[in-house]
Amino acid sequence: MASLDDLKKRITSVKSTQKITKAMKMVAAAKLKRAQDSAEKGRPYSEKMNNIILNLSSGISDKETAPKLLSGSGKEQIHLCVVLTSDRGLCGGFNANIIKKAKSYFAKLNKEGKELKIITVGSKGNDQLKRLYGNKIIDNISFKNSKNANYFDAEKVGKIIIEKFQKEEFDICTIFYNQFKNVITQIPQAQQIIPLNTKSDDQNNSEDNYEFEPDEDEILSNLLPKNISTQIFKAMLENSASEQGARMSAMDNATRNAGEMVDKLTIEYNRSRQAAITKELIEIISGAESL
Amino acid sequence: MSDEFKIEIVNPEKSFLSKEDVNEVVVPAFEGEMGILKDHISIISFLKPGIITIQAKSGEEKFYVEDGIIEFKNNTLSILTSYILNLKDIEKNKLLELLKDAEEESNKQEISDQLKYLADQKVETLKSIN
Repeated sequence: MASLDDLKKRITSVKSTQKITKAMKMVAAAKLKRAQDSAEKGRPYSEKMNNIILNLSSGISDKETAPKLLSGSGKEQIHLCVVLTSDRGLCGGFNANIIKKAKSYFAKLNKEGKELKIITVGSKGNDQLKRLYGNKIIDNISFKNSKNANYFDAEKVGKIIIEKFQKEEFDICTIFYNQFKNVITQIPQAQQIIPLNTKSDDQNNSEDNYEFEPDEDEILSNLLPKNISTQIFKAMLENSASEQGARMSAMDNATRNAGEMVDKLTIEYNRSRQAAITKELIEIISGAESL
Repeated sequence: MSDEFKIEIVNPEKSFLSKEDVNEVVVPAFEGEMGILKDHISIISFLKPGIITIQAKSGEEKFYVEDGIIEFKNNTLSILTSYILNLKDIEKNKLLELLKDAEEESNKQEISDQLKYLADQKVETLKSIN
């Protein structure tokens, strides 16, 4: 059995770990609030953008002349996957979930004989993917220095993607991120952004006759690149809310586990202290008796 | 209800402005300034760098935008823009900084005509504010 001193040391160390996890939980909770707010505030923009594009694309009669970002390059051979993860760890299954989703998608592509290219956003995803898919990763973007997800960063990623598309480096682009449902649940998502999915079942407002200035094609070709950035920005916002949520619940668990451990160790400590006292008493008594 | 309509300006981060008592809005549309009154036909257009002027019952406001898309439908004007500033809140330094960036952009050699046009517009607008 460990000595009393050792036990005491362990209890103190677990307690200080608990303090840290507790503090991290608090910080995550505060950040979560902010991230959630900005995710909610960002929603109208991407929704409106989507609506306008739906309206526009339904107005385009000739699909052949439609911009490539909308109709695709006509092939489905090369897939570009953009995997959005966090830059920091200690957030439970957050990164692992996205990676898992992405990996199963990669495996599917492999089986179908498609070519795969990967861009990772966030260092954690890069760390986990480069072991298996190192040669497929063509770019790694990290925003360690920006505190919150901002549109400027999203635009940078969007520009890289569009540039590559124009050089015909890929045919289909999919982004992977975690959708924020609530603090304990984040759903990993795969969303195809190029070519854009314009199927709209519930929207029938395409009846409206819009006037376009300049014409549809030109507006669309201006709008679509922006939409890419907007979608990425949305994914980034969802991701940052999810990250904080995941971290909060992970740290909550850690704090609770630490508490349990302290309880257990304290019982053990008291027991061995008691045993030592009893032992000493027995020694004294038997010593006195032998006199 | 007289001749008032609703305006909403959103940027990626948040809903920037929302007003119900607007009489007239002038936006810097890509092919020239465009005034919008109530019962305008449904329209979609996009913006070049310039000044949005909003005439509302509660007063006149001016905003500087770098780009954007506008949609007018059912007497609601939605403006989506990635960069917008209220002229009242613009600081001198910030303005000069923007102007410098814009001038650099327009002096680049290898940019396309359209980008050059947009950059020139930006310079012009910023100078006019100054």
